[in-house]
Amino acid sequence: MLEIKNLKKKYDNDYVLKDISFKVEKGDIISIIGPSGCGKTTLLRCLNFLNDSDQGQLIFDEETYDMANINKKEINEIRKKTGFVFQNYNLFLNKTALQNVTEGLIIARKMAKEEAIKIGEEMLNKVGLLDRKDYYPSQLSGGQQQRIAIARALALNPEIIYFDEPTSALDPELIGEVLEVIRQLALEKRTMIIVSHEMHFVKNISTKVIFMEDGLIVEEGGPEDIFDNPKEKRTKEFLESYRR
Amino acid sequence: MSLNKCLEIFLKYWPSFLLGIKTTLFVSLIGTIIGLLIGLLVGGLRAINVDDNSSKLKKFLKKIFNLISTLYIEIFRGTPMMVQAVFIYYLVYTNIIPWDKVVAAIFVISINTGAYMSEIVRSGIQAVDVGQKEASRALGVSNIDTMLHVILPQAIKNAFPAIGNEFIVNIKDSSVLMIISITELMFQSNSIAGTTYRFSETYFVTACIYLLMTSIASFILHKIEKSLSHTTTSLPQSDTNFSSISLAKEENS
Ligand SMILES: Nc1ncnc2c1ncn2[C@@H]1O[C@H](COP(=O)(O)OP(=O)(O)O)[C@@H](O)[C@H]1O
Ligand SMILES: [Mg+2]
Repeated sequence: MLEIKNLKKKYDNDYVLKDISFKVEKGDIISIIGPSGCGKTTLLRCLNFLNDSDQGQLIFDEETYDMANINKKEINEIRKKTGFVFQNYNLFLNKTALQNVTEGLIIARKMAKEEAIKIGEEMLNKVGLLDRKDYYPSQLSGGQQQRIAIARALALNPEIIYFDEPTSALDPELIGEVLEVIRQLALEKRTMIIVSHEMHFVKNISTKVIFMEDGLIVEEGGPEDIFDNPKEKRTKEFLESYRR
Repeated sequence: MSLNKCLEIFLKYWPSFLLGIKTTLFVSLIGTIIGLLIGLLVGGLRAINVDDNSSKLKKFLKKIFNLISTLYIEIFRGTPMMVQAVFIYYLVYTNIIPWDKVVAAIFVISINTGAYMSEIVRSGIQAVDVGQKEASRALGVSNIDTMLHVILPQAIKNAFPAIGNEFIVNIKDSSVLMIISITELMFQSNSIAGTTYRFSETYFVTACIYLLMTSIASFILHKIEKSLSHTTTSLPQSDTNFSSISLAKEENS
Protein backbone atom coordinates (compact mmCIF):
# COMPACT_ATOMS: atom_id res chain seq x y z
CA MET A 1 0.00 0.00 0.00
CA LEU A 2 2.80 2.42 0.94
CA GLU A 3 6.46 2.04 0.24
CA ILE A 4 9.40 4.32 0.90
CA LYS A 5 12.61 3.86 -1.03
CA ASN A 6 15.97 5.45 -0.28
CA LEU A 7 14.67 8.48 1.56
CA LYS A 8 17.38 10.99 2.42
CA LYS A 9 17.05 14.30 4.19
CA LYS A 10 19.68 16.74 5.36
CA TYR A 11 19.66 19.84 7.49
CA ASP A 12 22.44 22.15 6.39
CA ASN A 13 25.08 19.56 5.58
CA ASP A 14 24.15 16.84 8.05
CA TYR A 15 22.04 13.95 6.89
CA VAL A 16 19.40 13.27 9.53
CA LEU A 17 17.81 10.56 7.37
CA LYS A 18 20.42 8.47 5.57
CA ASP A 19 18.72 6.14 3.18
CA ILE A 20 15.48 4.94 4.73
CA SER A 21 13.41 2.26 3.00
CA PHE A 22 10.41 0.34 4.29
CA LYS A 23 7.04 -1.00 3.30
CA VAL A 24 3.59 -0.69 4.82
CA GLU A 25 0.81 -3.12 4.01
CA LYS A 26 -2.86 -2.42 4.59
CA GLY A 27 -3.72 -3.08 8.24
CA ASP A 28 -0.13 -2.78 9.39
CA ILE A 29 0.60 -1.02 12.62
CA ILE A 30 4.20 -0.02 12.40
CA SER A 31 5.92 1.41 15.42
CA ILE A 32 9.11 3.38 15.13
CA ILE A 33 11.32 3.46 18.19
CA GLY A 34 14.74 4.91 18.72
CA PRO A 35 16.68 7.42 20.78
CA SER A 36 15.73 11.07 20.76
CA GLY A 37 17.19 12.95 17.79
CA CYS A 38 17.54 9.89 15.57
CA GLY A 39 15.17 11.30 12.95
CA LYS A 40 11.76 9.79 13.77
CA THR A 41 9.83 13.05 13.61
CA THR A 42 11.68 14.11 10.49
CA LEU A 43 10.78 10.81 8.84
CA LEU A 44 7.05 11.22 9.49
CA ARG A 45 7.14 14.85 8.40
CA CYS A 46 8.86 13.90 5.16
CA LEU A 47 6.22 11.25 4.51
CA ASN A 48 3.56 13.95 4.72
CA PHE A 49 5.68 16.64 3.03
CA LEU A 50 5.67 18.95 6.02
CA ASN A 51 9.42 18.77 5.36
CA ASP A 52 10.95 18.54 1.93
CA SER A 53 13.28 15.63 1.21
CA ASP A 54 16.58 15.52 -0.63
CA GLN A 55 16.03 12.16 -2.22
CA GLY A 56 13.55 9.32 -2.12
CA GLN A 57 10.63 7.58 -3.72
CA LEU A 58 7.22 7.24 -2.22
CA ILE A 59 4.90 4.64 -3.69
CA PHE A 60 1.31 5.04 -2.54
CA ASP A 61 -1.39 2.76 -3.94
CA GLU A 62 0.72 1.98 -7.01
CA GLU A 63 1.45 5.67 -7.70
CA THR A 64 5.14 6.53 -7.58
CA TYR A 65 6.22 9.97 -6.40
CA ASP A 66 9.66 11.52 -6.45
CA MET A 67 9.93 12.90 -2.92
CA ALA A 68 12.63 15.44 -3.77
CA ASN A 69 10.63 16.80 -6.69
CA ILE A 70 6.99 16.83 -5.87
CA ASN A 71 4.40 19.42 -6.79
CA LYS A 72 1.51 20.79 -4.76
CA LYS A 73 -1.08 18.74 -6.58
CA GLU A 74 0.72 15.50 -5.80
CA ILE A 75 1.21 16.55 -2.19
CA ASN A 76 -2.52 17.13 -1.87
CA GLU A 77 -3.26 13.75 -3.40
CA ILE A 78 -1.12 12.11 -0.76
CA ARG A 79 -2.44 14.22 2.10
CA LYS A 80 -5.97 13.20 1.18
CA LYS A 81 -5.00 9.65 2.07
CA THR A 82 -3.05 10.39 5.23
CA GLY A 83 -3.73 11.74 8.68
CA PHE A 84 -1.19 13.25 11.05
CA VAL A 85 -1.32 13.41 14.84
CA PHE A 86 1.25 15.75 16.34
CA GLN A 87 3.14 15.54 19.58
CA ASN A 88 1.71 18.90 20.67
CA TYR A 89 -1.82 18.22 19.35
CA ASN A 90 -1.78 21.47 17.35
CA LEU A 91 -5.51 21.99 17.68
CA PHE A 92 -6.92 25.19 16.19
CA LEU A 93 -7.19 27.35 19.29
CA ASN A 94 -9.89 29.60 17.83
CA LYS A 95 -12.20 26.69 17.16
CA THR A 96 -14.29 24.41 19.33
CA ALA A 97 -13.63 20.68 19.52
CA LEU A 98 -16.32 20.02 16.93
CA GLN A 99 -15.11 22.79 14.64
CA ASN A 100 -11.61 21.36 14.85
CA VAL A 101 -12.89 18.00 13.70
CA THR A 102 -15.07 19.37 10.88
CA GLU A 103 -12.53 21.89 9.55
CA GLY A 104 -10.91 19.46 7.11
CA LEU A 105 -14.28 18.20 5.90
CA ILE A 106 -15.83 21.61 5.33
CA ILE A 107 -12.83 23.60 4.11
CA ALA A 108 -10.66 21.04 2.37
CA ARG A 109 -13.27 18.55 1.23
CA LYS A 110 -16.03 21.13 0.65
CA MET A 111 -18.55 18.95 2.42
CA ALA A 112 -21.96 20.37 3.37
CA LYS A 113 -22.00 21.64 6.94
CA GLU A 114 -24.71 19.35 8.29
CA GLU A 115 -23.06 16.27 6.91
CA ALA A 116 -19.69 17.35 8.29
CA ILE A 117 -21.19 17.95 11.72
CA LYS A 118 -22.73 14.50 11.66
CA ILE A 119 -19.37 12.92 10.92
CA GLY A 120 -17.65 15.21 13.39
CA GLU A 121 -19.97 14.22 16.22
CA GLU A 122 -19.53 10.59 15.33
CA MET A 123 -15.75 10.96 15.55
CA LEU A 124 -15.94 12.83 18.84
CA ASN A 125 -18.13 10.06 20.17
CA LYS A 126 -15.56 7.55 19.07
CA VAL A 127 -12.86 9.21 21.15
CA GLY A 128 -15.31 9.65 24.04
CA LEU A 129 -15.59 13.42 23.89
CA LEU A 130 -18.95 14.14 22.34
CA ASP A 131 -19.97 15.90 25.56
CA ARG A 132 -17.06 18.31 25.04
CA LYS A 133 -17.88 19.29 21.47
CA ASP A 134 -18.46 22.97 22.23
CA TYR A 135 -15.34 23.38 24.35
CA TYR A 136 -12.31 25.26 23.15
CA PRO A 137 -8.88 23.61 23.33
CA SER A 138 -7.88 25.91 26.21
CA GLN A 139 -10.70 24.38 28.26
CA LEU A 140 -9.58 20.81 27.74
CA SER A 141 -6.84 18.69 29.28
CA GLY A 142 -3.87 17.58 27.19
CA GLY A 143 -5.25 14.08 26.93
CA GLN A 144 -8.60 15.38 25.73
CA GLN A 145 -6.93 17.68 23.24
CA GLN A 146 -4.93 14.81 21.80
CA ARG A 147 -8.04 12.65 21.51
CA ILE A 148 -9.72 15.48 19.60
CA ALA A 149 -6.66 15.72 17.36
CA ILE A 150 -7.08 12.02 16.64
CA ALA A 151 -10.78 12.54 15.89
CA ARG A 152 -9.79 15.38 13.57
CA ALA A 153 -7.47 13.08 11.63
CA LEU A 154 -10.05 10.28 11.58
CA ALA A 155 -12.81 12.49 10.22
CA LEU A 156 -11.20 12.54 6.80
CA ASN A 157 -11.10 8.75 6.80
CA PRO A 158 -7.44 8.48 5.80
CA GLU A 159 -5.89 5.26 4.56
CA ILE A 160 -3.02 5.66 6.98
CA ILE A 161 -2.46 7.75 10.09
CA TYR A 162 0.93 8.93 11.33
CA PHE A 163 1.35 9.47 15.06
CA ASP A 164 4.38 11.44 16.22
CA GLU A 165 4.86 10.65 19.92
CA PRO A 166 1.18 11.22 20.67
CA THR A 167 1.63 10.90 24.42
CA SER A 168 5.01 12.53 25.01
CA ALA A 169 3.58 15.91 25.92
CA LEU A 170 1.11 14.45 28.41
CA ASP A 171 1.13 14.09 32.16
CA PRO A 172 1.51 10.40 33.05
CA GLU A 173 -2.06 10.04 34.28
CA LEU A 174 -3.42 11.23 30.91
CA ILE A 175 -1.39 8.88 28.71
CA GLY A 176 -3.70 5.91 29.16
CA GLU A 177 -6.81 7.52 27.68
CA VAL A 178 -4.95 8.43 24.48
CA LEU A 179 -3.35 5.00 24.10
CA GLU A 180 -6.79 3.50 24.65
CA VAL A 181 -8.15 5.42 21.65
CA ILE A 182 -5.26 4.25 19.49
CA ARG A 183 -5.88 0.69 20.65
CA GLN A 184 -9.49 1.03 19.46
CA LEU A 185 -8.22 2.08 16.04
CA ALA A 186 -5.95 -0.96 15.98
CA LEU A 187 -8.95 -3.19 16.63
CA GLU A 188 -10.61 -1.59 13.61
CA LYS A 189 -7.54 -2.59 11.57
CA ARG A 190 -6.57 0.99 10.81
CA THR A 191 -3.21 1.28 9.10
CA MET A 192 -0.91 3.37 11.29
CA ILE A 193 2.68 4.39 11.77
CA ILE A 194 3.34 5.26 15.39
CA VAL A 195 6.42 6.88 16.85
CA SER A 196 6.37 6.19 20.55
CA HIS A 197 8.44 5.65 23.66
CA GLU A 198 5.67 3.65 25.37
CA MET A 199 7.46 0.33 24.93
CA HIS A 200 4.83 -1.80 26.56
CA PHE A 201 2.15 -0.35 24.34
CA VAL A 202 4.33 -0.64 21.24
CA LYS A 203 5.02 -4.30 21.91
CA ASN A 204 1.34 -5.07 22.35
CA ILE A 205 -0.12 -3.18 19.47
CA SER A 206 2.37 -3.35 16.61
CA THR A 207 2.45 -5.71 13.69
CA LYS A 208 5.96 -4.51 12.94
CA VAL A 209 8.56 -2.55 14.88
CA ILE A 210 11.32 -0.46 13.37
CA PHE A 211 14.32 0.52 15.47
CA MET A 212 16.04 3.63 14.19
CA GLU A 213 19.30 5.19 15.18
CA ASP A 214 21.23 8.09 13.76
CA GLY A 215 19.09 8.42 10.64
CA LEU A 216 19.19 4.74 9.76
CA ILE A 217 16.93 1.74 10.27
CA VAL A 218 19.03 -0.55 12.43
CA GLU A 219 16.59 -3.38 12.77
CA GLU A 220 12.99 -4.20 11.94
CA GLY A 221 10.74 -7.13 12.63
CA GLY A 222 7.74 -8.39 14.54
CA PRO A 223 7.32 -7.09 18.08
CA GLU A 224 8.45 -10.37 19.64
CA ASP A 225 11.59 -10.44 17.46
CA ILE A 226 12.55 -6.93 18.37
CA PHE A 227 11.64 -6.93 22.04
CA ASP A 228 12.45 -10.51 23.05
CA ASN A 229 15.06 -11.44 20.49
CA PRO A 230 16.86 -8.41 19.12
CA LYS A 231 19.65 -9.31 16.74
CA GLU A 232 21.53 -6.03 16.79
CA LYS A 233 23.63 -4.99 19.74
CA ARG A 234 22.38 -1.41 19.52
CA THR A 235 18.76 -2.53 19.68
CA LYS A 236 19.52 -4.52 22.80
CA GLU A 237 21.25 -1.60 24.45
CA PHE A 238 18.43 0.75 23.59
CA LEU A 239 15.79 -1.59 25.00
CA GLU A 240 17.89 -2.19 28.12
CA SER A 241 17.82 1.51 28.82
CA TYR A 242 14.02 1.28 28.97
CA ARG A 243 13.87 -1.72 31.28
CA ARG A 244 16.07 -0.03 33.87
CA MET B 1 -6.90 81.79 31.64
CA SER B 2 -10.34 81.51 33.18
CA LEU B 3 -12.59 78.50 33.16
CA ASN B 4 -15.60 80.76 32.83
CA LYS B 5 -14.23 82.10 29.60
CA CYS B 6 -13.65 78.55 28.38
CA LEU B 7 -17.25 77.67 29.02
CA GLU B 8 -18.38 80.84 27.32
CA ILE B 9 -16.35 80.04 24.23
CA PHE B 10 -17.66 76.53 24.13
CA LEU B 11 -21.29 77.64 24.47
CA LYS B 12 -20.90 80.29 21.84
CA TYR B 13 -18.96 78.26 19.30
CA TRP B 14 -20.23 74.75 19.95
CA PRO B 15 -21.61 74.29 16.42
CA SER B 16 -18.09 74.90 15.07
CA PHE B 17 -16.57 72.53 17.62
CA LEU B 18 -19.22 69.96 16.78
CA LEU B 19 -18.41 70.11 13.10
CA GLY B 20 -14.76 69.65 14.04
CA ILE B 21 -15.59 66.62 16.19
CA LYS B 22 -17.66 65.08 13.40
CA THR B 23 -14.97 65.54 10.79
CA THR B 24 -12.23 64.29 13.10
CA LEU B 25 -14.17 61.16 14.04
CA PHE B 26 -15.25 60.54 10.47
CA VAL B 27 -11.78 60.87 9.02
CA SER B 28 -10.06 58.85 11.73
CA LEU B 29 -12.63 56.06 11.82
CA ILE B 30 -12.75 55.58 8.05
CA GLY B 31 -8.97 55.98 7.86
CA THR B 32 -8.45 53.33 10.53
CA ILE B 33 -10.81 50.88 8.85
CA ILE B 34 -9.28 51.31 5.39
CA GLY B 35 -5.84 51.23 7.02
CA LEU B 36 -6.72 47.93 8.65
CA LEU B 37 -7.83 46.51 5.31
CA ILE B 38 -4.56 47.63 3.75
CA GLY B 39 -2.73 46.10 6.70
CA LEU B 40 -4.55 42.79 6.36
CA LEU B 41 -3.67 42.60 2.70
CA VAL B 42 -0.07 43.80 2.90
CA GLY B 43 0.75 42.24 6.27
CA GLY B 44 -1.00 39.00 5.32
CA LEU B 45 0.96 38.70 2.10
CA ARG B 46 4.20 39.61 3.85
CA ALA B 47 3.65 36.85 6.40
CA ILE B 48 3.18 34.14 3.79
CA ASN B 49 6.31 32.08 3.33
CA VAL B 50 6.82 30.68 -0.12
CA ASP B 51 7.86 27.11 0.44
CA ASP B 52 10.51 25.24 -1.47
CA ASN B 53 8.10 23.50 -3.79
CA SER B 54 6.44 26.72 -4.98
CA SER B 55 7.02 27.71 -8.58
CA LYS B 56 9.85 30.06 -9.62
CA LEU B 57 7.33 32.69 -10.69
CA LYS B 58 5.71 32.68 -7.24
CA LYS B 59 9.07 33.08 -5.54
CA PHE B 60 9.94 35.97 -7.85
CA LEU B 61 6.62 37.74 -7.32
CA LYS B 62 6.99 37.33 -3.58
CA LYS B 63 10.43 38.95 -3.67
CA ILE B 64 9.14 41.91 -5.65
CA PHE B 65 6.20 42.28 -3.31
CA ASN B 66 8.44 42.19 -0.25
CA LEU B 67 10.63 44.91 -1.70
CA ILE B 68 7.75 47.22 -2.60
CA SER B 69 5.90 46.68 0.66
CA THR B 70 9.05 47.32 2.70
CA LEU B 71 9.56 50.60 0.86
CA TYR B 72 5.93 51.57 1.47
CA ILE B 73 6.09 50.78 5.17
CA GLU B 74 9.42 52.50 5.75
CA ILE B 75 8.47 55.64 3.83
CA PHE B 76 5.12 56.13 5.52
CA ARG B 77 6.36 55.33 9.00
CA GLY B 78 9.51 57.36 8.50
CA THR B 79 7.98 60.68 7.45
CA PRO B 80 5.53 62.95 9.32
CA MET B 81 1.88 62.58 8.34
CA MET B 82 1.66 66.35 8.01
CA VAL B 83 4.29 66.26 5.27
CA GLN B 84 2.59 63.30 3.62
CA ALA B 85 -0.70 65.22 3.66
CA VAL B 86 0.52 68.40 1.97
CA PHE B 87 2.72 66.54 -0.47
CA ILE B 88 0.08 64.08 -1.62
CA TYR B 89 -2.74 66.60 -1.61
CA TYR B 90 -0.95 69.10 -3.80
CA LEU B 91 0.72 66.48 -5.97
CA VAL B 92 -2.62 65.03 -6.96
CA TYR B 93 -4.39 68.38 -7.04
CA THR B 94 -2.02 70.04 -9.48
CA ASN B 95 -0.97 67.06 -11.57
CA ILE B 96 -3.93 64.74 -11.74
CA ILE B 97 -7.29 65.96 -10.52
CA PRO B 98 -8.49 68.77 -8.23
CA TRP B 99 -9.80 66.40 -5.59
CA ASP B 100 -11.90 66.98 -2.53
CA LYS B 101 -9.97 67.80 0.63
CA VAL B 102 -11.82 65.31 2.80
CA VAL B 103 -11.15 62.57 0.27
CA ALA B 104 -7.49 63.57 0.30
CA ALA B 105 -7.46 63.53 4.09
CA ILE B 106 -8.99 60.05 4.24
CA PHE B 107 -6.58 58.86 1.59
CA VAL B 108 -3.55 60.09 3.51
CA ILE B 109 -4.65 58.84 6.90
CA SER B 110 -5.56 55.45 5.38
CA ILE B 111 -2.26 54.74 3.72
CA ASN B 112 -0.38 56.12 6.68
CA THR B 113 -2.32 53.85 9.05
CA GLY B 114 -1.97 50.99 6.57
CA ALA B 115 1.81 51.13 6.93
CA TYR B 116 1.55 50.66 10.68
CA MET B 117 -1.24 48.09 10.42
CA SER B 118 0.79 46.01 7.98
CA GLU B 119 3.45 45.47 10.58
CA ILE B 120 0.90 44.89 13.35
CA VAL B 121 -0.89 42.26 11.26
CA ARG B 122 2.33 40.62 10.12
CA SER B 123 3.69 40.19 13.62
CA GLY B 124 0.26 39.06 14.83
CA ILE B 125 0.25 36.35 12.19
CA GLN B 126 3.77 35.28 12.99
CA ALA B 127 2.89 35.01 16.67
CA VAL B 128 0.41 32.22 15.92
CA ASP B 129 2.10 28.89 16.54
CA VAL B 130 3.31 27.32 13.29
CA GLY B 131 2.01 23.94 14.46
CA GLN B 132 -1.58 24.98 13.75
CA LYS B 133 -0.63 25.89 10.22
CA GLU B 134 1.00 22.50 9.74
CA ALA B 135 -2.00 20.72 11.20
CA SER B 136 -4.24 22.54 8.77
CA ARG B 137 -2.00 21.73 5.82
CA ALA B 138 -1.89 18.09 6.89
CA LEU B 139 -5.71 18.09 6.65
CA GLY B 140 -5.38 19.17 3.03
CA VAL B 141 -6.53 22.75 3.65
CA SER B 142 -4.92 25.21 1.22
CA ASN B 143 -2.53 27.92 2.36
CA ILE B 144 -5.07 30.66 1.68
CA ASP B 145 -7.87 28.89 3.55
CA THR B 146 -5.53 28.16 6.44
CA MET B 147 -4.74 31.85 6.60
CA LEU B 148 -8.40 32.91 6.46
CA HIS B 149 -9.89 30.33 8.80
CA VAL B 150 -7.16 29.54 11.30
CA ILE B 151 -4.35 32.07 11.38
CA LEU B 152 -5.96 35.47 10.70
CA PRO B 153 -8.78 35.19 13.26
CA GLN B 154 -6.21 34.49 15.96
CA ALA B 155 -3.79 37.10 14.66
CA ILE B 156 -6.50 39.77 14.72
CA LYS B 157 -7.59 38.81 18.19
CA ASN B 158 -4.03 38.94 19.49
CA ALA B 159 -3.32 42.20 17.69
CA PHE B 160 -6.61 43.83 18.63
CA PRO B 161 -5.14 46.13 21.32
CA ALA B 162 -2.55 47.40 18.84
CA ILE B 163 -5.17 47.78 16.12
CA GLY B 164 -7.47 49.71 18.45
CA ASN B 165 -4.59 51.89 19.52
CA GLU B 166 -4.17 53.01 15.91
CA PHE B 167 -7.69 54.44 16.07
CA ILE B 168 -6.85 56.41 19.22
CA VAL B 169 -3.66 57.66 17.60
CA ASN B 170 -5.63 58.70 14.53
CA ILE B 171 -8.15 60.70 16.55
CA LYS B 172 -5.25 62.74 17.87
CA ASP B 173 -2.97 62.78 14.85
CA SER B 174 -5.68 63.70 12.36
CA SER B 175 -5.14 67.18 13.84
CA VAL B 176 -2.21 67.60 11.47
CA LEU B 177 -4.65 67.39 8.58
CA MET B 178 -5.62 71.00 9.34
CA ILE B 179 -2.67 71.69 7.03
CA ILE B 180 -4.93 70.95 4.08
CA SER B 181 -7.81 72.91 5.64
CA ILE B 182 -10.39 70.22 6.28
CA THR B 183 -12.85 71.07 9.02
CA GLU B 184 -11.45 68.70 11.62
CA LEU B 185 -11.29 69.77 15.25
CA MET B 186 -7.86 71.41 15.19
CA PHE B 187 -8.66 73.46 12.11
CA GLN B 188 -11.97 74.56 13.65
CA SER B 189 -10.20 75.50 16.87
CA ASN B 190 -7.72 77.62 14.98
CA SER B 191 -10.56 79.54 13.38
CA ILE B 192 -12.32 80.03 16.71
CA ALA B 193 -9.10 81.15 18.40
CA GLY B 194 -8.48 83.50 15.51
CA THR B 195 -11.90 85.09 15.99
CA THR B 196 -11.92 85.31 19.79
CA TYR B 197 -8.22 86.03 20.34
CA ARG B 198 -8.61 83.77 23.39
CA PHE B 199 -5.94 81.25 22.56
CA SER B 200 -5.39 79.40 25.82
CA GLU B 201 -9.11 79.16 26.55
CA THR B 202 -10.01 77.91 23.08
CA TYR B 203 -7.27 75.30 22.99
CA PHE B 204 -8.12 74.21 26.50
CA VAL B 205 -11.61 73.39 25.26
CA THR B 206 -10.04 71.65 22.26
CA ALA B 207 -7.79 69.56 24.51
CA CYS B 208 -10.75 68.57 26.69
CA ILE B 209 -12.71 67.46 23.63
CA TYR B 210 -9.80 65.36 22.33
CA LEU B 211 -9.38 63.77 25.74
CA LEU B 212 -13.07 62.98 25.91
CA MET B 213 -13.05 61.42 22.44
CA THR B 214 -10.00 59.26 23.10
CA SER B 215 -11.34 58.18 26.51
CA ILE B 216 -14.66 57.08 25.06
CA ALA B 217 -12.94 55.30 22.16
CA SER B 218 -10.61 53.59 24.58
CA PHE B 219 -13.54 52.46 26.74
CA ILE B 220 -15.39 51.01 23.75
CA LEU B 221 -12.27 49.25 22.47
CA HIS B 222 -11.76 47.66 25.87
CA LYS B 223 -15.31 46.34 25.79
CA ILE B 224 -14.79 44.82 22.36
CA GLU B 225 -11.46 43.34 23.41
CA LYS B 226 -13.12 41.70 26.39
CA SER B 227 -15.90 40.22 24.28
CA LEU B 228 -13.30 38.77 21.92
CA SER B 229 -11.46 36.90 24.65
CA HIS B 230 -14.82 35.83 26.01
CA THR B 231 -15.28 33.37 23.16
CA THR B 232 -12.54 31.09 24.44
CA THR B 233 -13.38 31.16 28.13
CA SER B 234 -17.16 31.33 28.29
CA LEU B 235 -17.68 27.68 29.18
CA PRO B 236 -16.89 26.36 32.62
CA GLN B 237 -13.59 24.61 33.08
CA SER B 238 -14.39 20.94 32.86
CA ASP B 239 -13.39 18.30 35.36
CA THR B 240 -10.91 16.16 33.50
CA ASN B 241 -12.17 12.83 34.79
CA PHE B 242 -15.67 13.00 33.48
CA SER B 243 -14.97 12.36 29.82
CA SER B 244 -12.52 9.58 30.57
CA ILE B 245 -15.35 7.85 32.35
CA SER B 246 -17.58 8.23 29.34
CA LEU B 247 -14.86 6.66 27.19
CA ALA B 248 -14.57 3.73 29.56
CA LYS B 249 -18.34 3.28 29.54
CA GLU B 250 -18.33 3.08 25.79
CA GLU B 251 -15.75 0.34 25.76
CA ASN B 252 -17.78 -1.79 28.10
CA SER B 253 -20.89 -1.56 26.04
N1 LIG C 1 14.48 22.43 11.63
C1 LIG C 1 15.65 21.78 11.88
N2 LIG C 1 16.82 22.37 11.55
C2 LIG C 1 17.98 21.73 11.77
N3 LIG C 1 18.09 20.52 12.34
C3 LIG C 1 16.97 19.88 12.70
C4 LIG C 1 15.68 20.49 12.49
N4 LIG C 1 14.73 19.63 12.94
C5 LIG C 1 15.39 18.56 13.41
N5 LIG C 1 16.72 18.71 13.27
C6 LIG C 1 17.76 17.72 13.65
O1 LIG C 1 17.46 16.50 13.00
C7 LIG C 1 17.71 15.42 13.85
C8 LIG C 1 16.48 14.52 13.94
O2 LIG C 1 15.46 15.20 14.62
P1 LIG C 1 14.04 14.56 14.89
O3 LIG C 1 13.53 14.01 13.61
O4 LIG C 1 13.21 15.57 15.56
O5 LIG C 1 14.40 13.38 15.89
P2 LIG C 1 13.44 12.51 16.81
O6 LIG C 1 12.04 12.81 16.45
O7 LIG C 1 13.84 11.11 16.53
O8 LIG C 1 13.76 12.88 18.21
C9 LIG C 1 18.14 15.98 15.19
O9 LIG C 1 19.54 15.89 15.28
C10 LIG C 1 17.71 17.40 15.13
O10 LIG C 1 18.57 18.21 15.85
MG1 LIG D 1 10.48 13.59 17.66
